Amino acid sequence: MKQITAVVRPSKVDAIKSALVAIDVVGMTIHDVRGFGRQKGQVERYRGNEFTVEFLSKIKITTVVTDDKVDAAISAISEAARTGEIGDGKIFVTPVEQVVRIRTGDRGESAI
Amino acid sequence: MAHVPLAGGGPTPLAVFDRFRTKALAKVQEPELRRYAVMLLAFGAALLPLMAGSAKAALTKLPTDGADTLLMLMGSALVLLMTPGLAFFYGGFTRAKNVLNTMMMSFFLMGLIGVVWVVIGYSLAFDTGFKSPFIGGLGQMWLNGVGGELGDAPLADGFAISASSFALFQGMFAIITPALISGALVERINFKAWFWFALLWSIFVYCPMAKMVWGGGYLGPFGEIGAIDFAGGTVVHIAAGVGALVSTAIVGPRRGFPESKRPPHNVPFILLGAGLLWFGWFGFNGASYFAAKGAGFSFLTTTLSASAALLTWCLIEWFRDGKPTAVGAATGAVAGLVGITPAAGFVYMPQALIIGAATAAACYIAVQVKSAIQFDDSLDAYAVHGVGGTIGALLTGALAAPALVPADYFPKSAEILANGGNGALFIAHVKAVLISYGFVGIGTAVILWIVGAVVGLRVTPEEEERGLDFVAHGEEAYDPMTY
Repeated sequence: MKQITAVVRPSKVDAIKSALVAIDVVGMTIHDVRGFGRQKGQVERYRGNEFTVEFLSKIKITTVVTDDKVDAAISAISEAARTGEIGDGKIFVTPVEQVVRIRTGDRGESAI
Repeated sequence: MAHVPLAGGGPTPLAVFDRFRTKALAKVQEPELRRYAVMLLAFGAALLPLMAGSAKAALTKLPTDGADTLLMLMGSALVLLMTPGLAFFYGGFTRAKNVLNTMMMSFFLMGLIGVVWVVIGYSLAFDTGFKSPFIGGLGQMWLNGVGGELGDAPLADGFAISASSFALFQGMFAIITPALISGALVERINFKAWFWFALLWSIFVYCPMAKMVWGGGYLGPFGEIGAIDFAGGTVVHIAAGVGALVSTAIVGPRRGFPESKRPPHNVPFILLGAGLLWFGWFGFNGASYFAAKGAGFSFLTTTLSASAALLTWCLIEWFRDGKPTAVGAATGAVAGLVGITPAAGFVYMPQALIIGAATAAACYIAVQVKSAIQFDDSLDAYAVHGVGGTIGALLTGALAAPALVPADYFPKSAEILANGGNGALFIAHVKAVLISYGFVGIGTAVILWIVGAVVGLRVTPEEEERGLDFVAHGEEAYDPMTY
């Protein structure tokens, strides 16, 4: 089991969700987050005064999949989230030791 | 200019004057004769105050007019709405942790000054008890005797509005003027200090200014200087602007300024506030005509100037930075409204357009200069109201149309215009502006010094960091844990 964490543009969340559901990845959690990468924020002007806004709004999507679905999930997210411009985001994959479904007490892959 | 045909030529800025003239000339049929009669009448009106020693000699007693009084009542409601509008305008600019405190600095004055005005403010501004050209008197405290027993008595000879509606209307101006100053002091001033400052400033700076300009005092059309201020370019905007300038200098910048500067936390609030201000300004300038019949002009110049200024500000941004901004549109509109305030009933449309565009350009430059010298007039209260009010006042002198400055209502100013033209009136306005700067500047400094010594001006650095919404009011605008 692997946890896939993707930090993406807020405008791409719906497309990513549909792409994951299409390959049978059901269940995910999203977070409102702010951050910067190579993009290093953006410049805004108010009454002619410049402000650099370093931390931009992003959405962090977290989902857990079985090992055989990792590559499919990564390509689904990448294709749905890509614009080709700086700021498309990143995907992180980490191992997961245990999953428990609270309602039934199921453990392991059957709980995903 | 669009003339409505009246007995004896074009319209004047005061419909009551038109009505008086129509009646007086009703029997004169020949157009030439009528023209001569009007010239003679104007000549006589200009001479009368000199001969009689009293300017009011030229004005006849008029019965209270329902439509004119209704204009004042409607105008009062419109001007009142400007204060919550200003609260939104300012509130949008600050950080989320200070928005309630910023809005309260305006909104609270609807309570404080609303009471002060009725108790003593109106009397200090418009009573004549002290027989001084600088301060009114105490005879009309609690609005004692204003409007007679039934509240429907006319304001004065030559005016068909009720005195009670006038007192109400003026009260709305008294509320918003100190509120404008708050833009210079947000995010750091102690609310208790603001309470005492607003109270004392209203009584000792605003009321004398209103007396001097509008109450037949030193600066106005019945006084020494003879400056004309249609709806408060001097009394409201220069006074608030200079108050803001001086108090910024005394209170000092926000902690960590300028590195700690943040972009506005809610730009839609700024647009909402500017929209409410524009709407309310129809009362502020429009109803300052005091007569429904001719108020169309002052409504028109007001909105035209705002339009021209909005456009100017956005075009400057478009050329300089590549994009017109929403904050720029809102700021430009307010600048244009400030600029036309002293001129609204004294100029025609081309002049209104020039005033709007020139004020927006001047305020834009002022905002850039303020940023360049890192002066923490946080929300540009001086850069917009002070600079806009000054430009508006000076342009009113330079551009006022003599036909719109009738001698019976503005004896000294009409005399200046007749003898020296707009150049002479411009000089009079320079004098009025300088005197206002001096008086308001010193008054503000003295009041701040007293308030600072007694209650302290600023919150502590820790409180500033925490945010004034919680520190001053125990509230937060946005619940961080909304489920």
